[in-house]
Amino acid sequence: MTRFLSRRIVELVVVFLGVTFIVYAMVFTLPGDPIAALGGDRPLPENVVAQLRAEYHLDLPLWQQYLHYLGGVLTGDLGTTFTGRPVSEAMASRWPVTITLALSAWALEMIVGVLLGLAAGLRRGSILDRGVLLGTVLATSIPVFVLGVSAQLVFGLELGWFPIAGTSEGWPASYVLPAAIVALYGLSSVSRLMRGSVADTMRSDFVRTLVAKGMPRHDIVGVHVMRNSAAPVLTFLAIELGYLLGGTVVIEGIFNLPGIGQLLFESIRTHEGPTVVGVTTALIVVFLVTSVLVDVLSSLLDPRIRHE
Amino acid sequence: MSEHIAATEAPAVAARGVWATVRRRPLFWTSLAALGVLLVVAAFPGPIAALLGQPDPRACDLSLSGQPPGDGHPFGTDIQGCDVLANVLFGTRTSLFIGLTTTALCLVVALVLGTVAGYFGGPADRVIARLTDVFLGFPFLLGAIVVLNSAPERTPLLVAVVLAFFSWPTLARLVRGSVRSVREAEFVQAAHALGFSHGRIVLGHVLPNSLGPVLAIATTMVGGVIVAESTLTFLGVGLVQPTISWGLQLSTAQTYFQTAPHTLIFPSLFLTVTVVSLIMLGDILRDALDPKGRS
Repeated sequence: MTRFLSRRIVELVVVFLGVTFIVYAMVFTLPGDPIAALGGDRPLPENVVAQLRAEYHLDLPLWQQYLHYLGGVLTGDLGTTFTGRPVSEAMASRWPVTITLALSAWALEMIVGVLLGLAAGLRRGSILDRGVLLGTVLATSIPVFVLGVSAQLVFGLELGWFPIAGTSEGWPASYVLPAAIVALYGLSSVSRLMRGSVADTMRSDFVRTLVAKGMPRHDIVGVHVMRNSAAPVLTFLAIELGYLLGGTVVIEGIFNLPGIGQLLFESIRTHEGPTVVGVTTALIVVFLVTSVLVDVLSSLLDPRIRHE
Repeated sequence: MSEHIAATEAPAVAARGVWATVRRRPLFWTSLAALGVLLVVAAFPGPIAALLGQPDPRACDLSLSGQPPGDGHPFGTDIQGCDVLANVLFGTRTSLFIGLTTTALCLVVALVLGTVAGYFGGPADRVIARLTDVFLGFPFLLGAIVVLNSAPERTPLLVAVVLAFFSWPTLARLVRGSVRSVREAEFVQAAHALGFSHGRIVLGHVLPNSLGPVLAIATTMVGGVIVAESTLTFLGVGLVQPTISWGLQLSTAQTYFQTAPHTLIFPSLFLTVTVVSLIMLGDILRDALDPKGRS
């Protein structure tokens, strides 16, 4: 276990360095001068520009800039925005919104997806099974913004059930629509995975043995099939949580939820380089930590993985 | 002689089995027919639009702004008074172009890197595995947004290249896995024993036998890319005027959805039908290639 874990952590560090460097290079070498943009229509005096460049290390070669930034990250400093605020402070007010949205959507995905997948997998070829399959294909084929805007119109404006923007009504009212729409996409994958996994398990020898010895069907399904088909679904759900915590740019934008995704998108649009890099770094850490947890979890569930 | 048989027999048998499975599925023919129609539309949008009403998507009459479907405009007009149908038909070309170009680029990269990693293994495999990890490590949309946001001129080709740059790793992993599982097969060992070069083994024996599942996923991916393009365009970092695309139509329509819902409904209908057909086709091919799913 220790060897397995240490190998994974070494890999993780390599990936972390790779991703952060790519993001850093993309943000700071692509066209668009953020310092010049700070002054708006009136160009900033040359000495101010030079001082700002020195302050944000923009006058150094790229690799030195990156090292400066990396040094900051290692001491827990995600950088300073061009307006002088620490990036972590800019993120602090955004986290609760994104975490609420992510967890609501995730819970919906898990409950509805597992139940639908189980029902479809147990009765392959039935109307329910076909319905689930068709539904999942349809759900993944409609762009998220089309669903978002339609849901706003129908449930928000026509029926008046839910607010269509902002978080003023708090959880759950303000989060129902966005979470349901985000969940719909992950739900498709969860139910498909669960369906395939359940169908495979139902065909396995041990289930045939259980049937043969006369175990009641609900015990077979509830105890044995569920447990044996859960592994791939759990892995997916854990990775999905990592992604959801990265904020869903589109949904946060449509429903005007001030979350991490929106912060990231705004800062990309305004060439707010340090914020983009800082937020991305935080997200990558969240994502990588989840993926190690997934590995540990699945190696605990299935010893074959850690002895690979 | 024997190698000739090995090279041609194996894929041929697989193809026949797949064909026998898919041709009995009505959904296979439905999605194929839908995609056929869309390809014809993409090839000749002008004449088809002329048949159904307004031939020119850029001939707009502001006095007819936001008209619901009616005479001369089967899908109505948008907020600028342009014919929605003509725009939808011309947009088909852009969407299919981006979907197919991106997927083709990804396939090329994935085949090269995936085959090298899967066939040779060792250090090459480790380097490529880390590289794919890095690209899978951050949300796909994020990278595309960052790059496209600083692009001076966002043409369909540029959007396709950027999308490809961030979406090849999934396919590369798939190719690697697929190649690895074939690498140990008896016929590959036989080819080694006969003293064939690596190039010949890979091109003649390994790839033909590992391409199936990859192509099935690539079909599905075309649909995903089309959705991704429309999402980027909706966010304002994708295609721009004067390009005609479903994404652009939808992103304008969103603002006027309450007064002119048809401007949102028709483009999204076309988009959904296209993507559903591609996903269905990919799913059916994947099922047919999986021996467990074959009847």
